[in-house]
Amino acid sequence: MNFQDILFYIFSAILVASALGVITVRNPVNSALLLVLAFVTCAGLWLLLEAEFLAIALVLVYVGAVMVLFLFVVMMLDINLDRLREGFWKWFPFGATIALIIVAEISMVMMGKYFGLEEMPIPRPHDADYSNTRELGRLIYTEYVYAFELAAVLLLVAMVTAIALTLRHREDKRSPNPSKQVKVRKEDRLRIVTMPAEKKE
Amino acid sequence: MENIQQQFVEIFGTEWGSMLFSLATNMTFILAIVVPLLLGVAYLTFAERKIIAYMQIRVGPNRVTFFGIPWLRGWGQPIADAVKAIMKEIVIPTGANKFLFILAPVLTIMPALAAWAVIPFSPELILADINAGLLYILAMTSMGIYGIIIAGWASNSKYAFLGAMRSAAQVVSYELAMGFALVCVLMMSQSLNLGDIVNGQQGNSFLNWYLIPLFPMFLVYLISGVAETNRAPFDVAEGESEIVAGFHVDYSGMAFTVFFLAEYSNMILVATLTSIMFLGGWLPPVDIAPFTLIPGIIWLLLKIAFILFFFLWFRATFPRYRYDQIMRLGWKIFIPITLVWIVLLGSIMQLPESIRNTFPLNIWF
Repeated sequence: MNFQDILFYIFSAILVASALGVITVRNPVNSALLLVLAFVTCAGLWLLLEAEFLAIALVLVYVGAVMVLFLFVVMMLDINLDRLREGFWKWFPFGATIALIIVAEISMVMMGKYFGLEEMPIPRPHDADYSNTRELGRLIYTEYVYAFELAAVLLLVAMVTAIALTLRHREDKRSPNPSKQVKVRKEDRLRIVTMPAEKKE
Repeated sequence: MENIQQQFVEIFGTEWGSMLFSLATNMTFILAIVVPLLLGVAYLTFAERKIIAYMQIRVGPNRVTFFGIPWLRGWGQPIADAVKAIMKEIVIPTGANKFLFILAPVLTIMPALAAWAVIPFSPELILADINAGLLYILAMTSMGIYGIIIAGWASNSKYAFLGAMRSAAQVVSYELAMGFALVCVLMMSQSLNLGDIVNGQQGNSFLNWYLIPLFPMFLVYLISGVAETNRAPFDVAEGESEIVAGFHVDYSGMAFTVFFLAEYSNMILVATLTSIMFLGGWLPPVDIAPFTLIPGIIWLLLKIAFILFFFLWFRATFPRYRYDQIMRLGWKIFIPITLVWIVLLGSIMQLPESIRNTFPLNIWF
């Protein structure tokens, strides 16, 4: 067992433990934080697979932005824990089906040799100057450019829809216009009056 | 170096010996970065108090000295402050979530120090020369926000929570503008490695630095950096006139000091990144004799000090921004500017060579 294997087992153990924690811990804030831990250890596993761009992008996008907003919402909401526990048996068949599908998928990966996995060549480690980012960029913008653009447009549509659905123009509320406020000059607001001094009687 | 490695191999065997040796050397390098950094943080607080004092026609700290030497008056102040902070009690509020309350300062200081791993101080002085250095720094700085949010929530206090919310929204918005400004830098240098970015600015003089072709991006990056570190005039996260001290209102003693250390080391980090990406890093301003004789690290430190002075100057000059104006600046001004600049830069890069060479001063490539 060399150093990389030890790292792999450490990361995997933390990943599995924190993923279990996400669904078992009582406090939603703690489970969101455990999800962050799961993402970070997952990024560590990807680094071992030489996918440094994906690993860092996972930390940058999911840990740095998505989970921050997630945590934000979880902290702000006043969540009733008892309500969340209701309806376990109602949703049990649905959850069990999904769990079975996941188990089947994992076992297909584990029993890869029955599906001809061994015919694939074993991936070889790259040189130190191999840039994962450059390779990924080249593939995304040449071979898979249409799929990439399509995904980007899909995300844009989702974003515009989310804003359009939640944006309301309220008439009963006065909201300041910062650009107008920034443009205000002294002459618009201030009037200096000269008055003769009044004598005390 | 070789001898020590030999001894490690003799004691621990071939495989573990070399591994433990690299572990030991890395630990030494980390200490060699972190200890001067923390000293720099201590004296940055001193510099801040002195500079702002002089700007406001005051004197600033001028009492504590070493061994009673009169001309060192004031220089002992940061050390005295640190000793005081260590001796104070860390009060944990009754309603607080104890584990997260203690974890929050740790989560704040960790990314602030970890980001320094990939910073090149001179062509050969670098701890981890990785290909995706810039991405690593972006990822690390984006993790710093967790400490603030968790501190605000775990304190179980309204003021702390309000500060955490303000800070989170602000940092997430300015990260976008910051990232887009850096996209321009890496388009020009065609590399994510910080050493390569500095080498891309190599030339005869400061006209080759990315500061000149990317001047709007430099401004966007610097101002976003001030906003990212929650410094004045963007310090609504700890606006003392409205929410006492924001997210760290319930912290005391060393736990508070750790937040303070993280804020200042983040300031130094932003200043370092600005000097590496826009001011030519360790390169001298003009490539002629007296300037080239000075070692690169001195130039880098001078540039960092120059940018840090701006941070302090801003704090002494500008009143605090109102919250909606902060959001407007980030989303409606900086992000459109950076997006337009990326498209413009991309189109210039695609121009034929002959047209590009006719550009004035040929600063673009």
